[in-house]
Amino acid sequence: MTEVTTPTYRGVPNEMLLDIQGLSKSFGKVQANRDITIQVRRGEIVALLGENGAGKSTLVNQIFGLIKPDTGTVTIKGDSTPIKDPRDAIARGIGMVHQHFQLVPVMTVAENMILGHESTRGGGILDLESARKMVRRLSEKHGLAVDPDVEIEDLPVGTQQRVEILKALSRDVDLLILDEPTAVLTPQETDELLGVMKDLANAGTSIVFITHKLREVLAVADRTYVLRHGAVVGQSDDLTNTTTTDLAEMMVGRSVELRVDKTPAQPAGVVLAVDDLHVKDDRNLMAVNGFSLTVRAGEIVGVAGVEGNGQRELVEALAGMRKVVSGSMMLEDLDLTKANPYETHHAGVGHVPEDREKHGLVGAYSIADNLVLNEFDQEPYAKNGVRQFDAVRANAEALRTEYDIRSASIAQSAGSLSGGNKQKVVVAREMSFKPKLLMAAQPTRGVDVGSIEFIHKQIVAARDGGAAVLLVSAELDEVLSLSDRLAVIHGGKIVAELDPKTADRTEIGRLMAGDH
Amino acid sequence: MSWITKNKTTVGAFVGVMIAAYLFYFISGVKATSMFAYAWAYAIPLVLAAMVGVIGERSGVVNIGIEGQMLVSAFGAFFAAAYSGSLLVGILVGMGCGLILGGFLAWTSVKWRMDQIIAGVVLNIVATGITSFYYKPGQQLPGLMPTWDVPILSKIPLLGPVFFSGVGVFATAAILATLAIHFALFYTRWGLRTRSVGEYPSAADTAGINVERLRLINVTLAGILAGMAGAYLSMDGSSSFERGMTAGRGFLALAIMIMGAWRPLRAGAAALLFGFISAIGNQLQADKIITVAPQLVGTLPYIMTLVVLAVAAGKVRAPGAVGQPFVKGDK
Amino acid sequence: MTDLTKESAAPASPPPAKPEDKPSGGALAFLFSHQSGIVIAVALLVALAIGAILIRYQGVSPFYAYETLVKEALFVDGGLERTLVKTAPLILTGLAVVLPLRVGLFNIGGQGQLNLGAIAGAWLGYLFGGWGPLGAVIGMAAGIVAGAAVAAIAGALKAWRGVHEVISTIMLNSISVGITWWLVQGPLQAESAKVSHIPQTEEIPEAARVGSIVGIPVSFLIAVALAALCWWVLGRTTLGFKFDTVGKNKHAAVYAGVPLNKIIVLSMVFGGGLAGLAGALEAQGTLHRFEPAITGSLGFDGITIALLARINPVATIPAAFLVGVLRTGAGGLQFATGIAPEIVDLLLALTLLMVSIPVLGKWIFRSRADKVQASATSWGN
Repeated sequence: MTEVTTPTYRGVPNEMLLDIQGLSKSFGKVQANRDITIQVRRGEIVALLGENGAGKSTLVNQIFGLIKPDTGTVTIKGDSTPIKDPRDAIARGIGMVHQHFQLVPVMTVAENMILGHESTRGGGILDLESARKMVRRLSEKHGLAVDPDVEIEDLPVGTQQRVEILKALSRDVDLLILDEPTAVLTPQETDELLGVMKDLANAGTSIVFITHKLREVLAVADRTYVLRHGAVVGQSDDLTNTTTTDLAEMMVGRSVELRVDKTPAQPAGVVLAVDDLHVKDDRNLMAVNGFSLTVRAGEIVGVAGVEGNGQRELVEALAGMRKVVSGSMMLEDLDLTKANPYETHHAGVGHVPEDREKHGLVGAYSIADNLVLNEFDQEPYAKNGVRQFDAVRANAEALRTEYDIRSASIAQSAGSLSGGNKQKVVVAREMSFKPKLLMAAQPTRGVDVGSIEFIHKQIVAARDGGAAVLLVSAELDEVLSLSDRLAVIHGGKIVAELDPKTADRTEIGRLMAGDH
Repeated sequence: MSWITKNKTTVGAFVGVMIAAYLFYFISGVKATSMFAYAWAYAIPLVLAAMVGVIGERSGVVNIGIEGQMLVSAFGAFFAAAYSGSLLVGILVGMGCGLILGGFLAWTSVKWRMDQIIAGVVLNIVATGITSFYYKPGQQLPGLMPTWDVPILSKIPLLGPVFFSGVGVFATAAILATLAIHFALFYTRWGLRTRSVGEYPSAADTAGINVERLRLINVTLAGILAGMAGAYLSMDGSSSFERGMTAGRGFLALAIMIMGAWRPLRAGAAALLFGFISAIGNQLQADKIITVAPQLVGTLPYIMTLVVLAVAAGKVRAPGAVGQPFVKGDK
Repeated sequence: MTDLTKESAAPASPPPAKPEDKPSGGALAFLFSHQSGIVIAVALLVALAIGAILIRYQGVSPFYAYETLVKEALFVDGGLERTLVKTAPLILTGLAVVLPLRVGLFNIGGQGQLNLGAIAGAWLGYLFGGWGPLGAVIGMAAGIVAGAAVAAIAGALKAWRGVHEVISTIMLNSISVGITWWLVQGPLQAESAKVSHIPQTEEIPEAARVGSIVGIPVSFLIAVALAALCWWVLGRTTLGFKFDTVGKNKHAAVYAGVPLNKIIVLSMVFGGGLAGLAGALEAQGTLHRFEPAITGSLGFDGITIALLARINPVATIPAAFLVGVLRTGAGGLQFATGIAPEIVDLLLALTLLMVSIPVLGKWIFRSRADKVQASATSWGN
């Protein structure tokens, strides 16, 4: 999406479809939603804008009956009886496309479409033929092509999302909720989706649309509500004269610097040289397919691409966590192709993993133990196999200050930290041992804006300190603003290397979609 | 026809096995019949128990407690029959015991979200405790289990005498349960929902399916089959109850389930294969072709289980959500 | 910008955590969070109360029964020593479950590991009987090796083939029963027993047996020392840190460079070695030979003990002592009242049941059971 289109406000006094009054919800001590009031009329596209953790998903999960509000009412088409469960919500005309697709991977499109409201031939026996027909009919009607007999896990993410949308539409929806629908799409696919949304709205379906991407709001929404810390902190009923900066300020509560300050790179010798790398994924398919790239000391090389094009497998292979099928990986003159994570780390590779909860941290361990997670058996943290707790604590205290990790103490469990602070623990650990190569995969996913700025600065600082930095991110803005050199990955290999300063978004989008 | 082309390996394997079996039958009719009959008798409780595992894991619940369910059911069935003087009462009590313990496992692992492996192991220890304490030697069944011949089918060479003559309640139940569960799992609404709950419960939840209730019902009702498996051991297989008489069959059943790739028909075939290899061991021993100590021959099924699992594991894929409790709103 | 009505209405507060922000670690977290000394004490009391009803039902006064049981186990002449002799292998089989469980593996193969350890200890203890105490040490080492070897099979199957350890260890239990029966009725059968067909091995000579020092069984001292050693290794060494890291988050362990498969096998080898030692000590200290009945339910009691001890190595000592008291006293109970000693199985099962299910902890601490996530068991992958 390049140019900002002006939404036309359909000023008709349409029927009130959704009316939320004074809704609050807490999880334990954390208040996820606070006195929220929101209205949606028929045929409107309403954006819910906010940072990760602002309470958007919690809010829509209550509309869909997945969680129950503590206080407040949700009125749908004048009916304010509480929504019992998703089944009830569906019956009342609400459809939802979840951020994580709610599709059973080993079942076919048709089976997924009918799950929960199956057509049967009597006696509970499934009628799959009519399900197939329904898929074909819907797919034709909305111009979203899918094959009813393919298993979900064999479909690309973009198509899976089409199935999700069709699934929601198959049930006569008046209100369609889309939770971060563009997170996994290429810019072109995003445009297509926004077009579908407009068509649906014109046909009378209301859409509530969660995002943190400001351009999309301006492109498609009629109105927007901005959430912060669980409360509605702003609202705009006319987006014609609004800019992204205005919206960003509302989201964060202060003006934000969307660009990263950095001096031009001073690249030195080649640190990482990857040549014709082939790596398989968990399903034994070749995910990285002839990937070659070099990264020099003192530069940040960004790898941009739609998720699922081999980025995860690439990083895991480089970190020694996944077996390399063929090709090679050299760190300066050291061959790390067959190295395990231990050898890779001690050769000087820092790795901020994509899934920090799964790989990067042991939630039950203290911050101090997590800060030595891959150094615990080295001096001074251990001597002759016996751990030295004084050194572990001293290290933790120093890093806590240096990296601004906000916690009660270093003994606090890492699992109890906020997303941003968890990531700071990982970044602190991976940068403090002065790696020759720093690999950062999705380093700011699910992290608050304050922490994003901090982490970006640290990555630039690592580069300026002479480290080679490999940045893999699905956020195009992040790659564009941080990288000194930009590589686009598609189908497990680099399809183009560009200069981020002159690169054109449309061009990158085309490359990301494999159109080159 | 299209079904055959789609399932070439299955059809091919089936035809191959049948040809081999009949070749063997024409070379040595008596031996073949007795070996296959032994294999089937050996397989009956394993088939029933494996179905318990299939239903549980297809719904997302690991059932390590099948062993305990079988043991208590064997105990309950035998003593209920002995004291009441009625075989029917025995069978019903056996099924009831399985049902109750199935309910216990379902409740602890689904409702209370206790670790499913620990819940199952605890169930087994409790089962051993109860049956050891209340065991009384010297009881007898009121009679033998009734058997019958299926008309026409029992006249088929080899298959007739093995599967269709001298048929008992449990053998019938094992065959019917396997067929019914296969059909239900892949062709009915219940099956679609059960598989979705075991593979990806949050998708089922958002589609309006009550995940916890379906798991509770499935695991509890599957207990009836565990009850029949147990009742078979004490009422049909041996006509007596012994302490610890299940001898690991509940675990063998889980291995068979894995070997059968969580599919009822394949699991049934795997159970028969287990039975047949056991039969070969016994036959070779009886024919004095090999002279291995009988104590070691007895370990054959267990060794085979380890080998089978070592080979099968990694080749078959378990239901996606198996062993994980479902927390609503947890994506 | 229009209609910025509610700007800055929100007070500063920490960003809301996602509801799924739960501690990971499954079985381990479960055990740590839902048990405490109080829960165990209450569970035991409830189990004893239910036991009392059952005893009453059999026409015996429960007070008399429990009094007899405790007296027999602790206060009669030599009672305490007998109880400690019983406790020693129980500590070890408890540890045999604790160590692998710290890594996330549920070793229910203590029974088989102990069985093979016992026959190895009995046989080598006899062979080297002439060497006196050194022979005793060789016997113990043989027990450790035998137990460790059989557990290593389960560990390797888990690590490299993904075979679930609960199934493989149960299978190995049955296999070890077959092997030991064959040995004790064949190659290793005592000459004197061959005529009468008694399944037993040669008797270990007096000098190579494991006895007592001033009324305290040596086996008990060894077990307590090993419990303390396990505690130190788990809590203070880098190896212990590797164990716990794998147990709490195996993905992070891989990331951190911990050799996952090696740790899995090692934990099973340690556990199996401890169970094997328990078997050797039983053979060398109690029966002075191998007989198939030597295993009893020592291996399975280890599961109960480990869960009662909340997988804390040192806590296995009191837990094993409790089981030891019940098992030792049960014999006297049967003699005095005719109640079958299997009442102990029932009491332990009831205690274990109540300790394991979260409900008891919920009643006592009003903690919410639905906050529990217990998915550490690596079933199916």
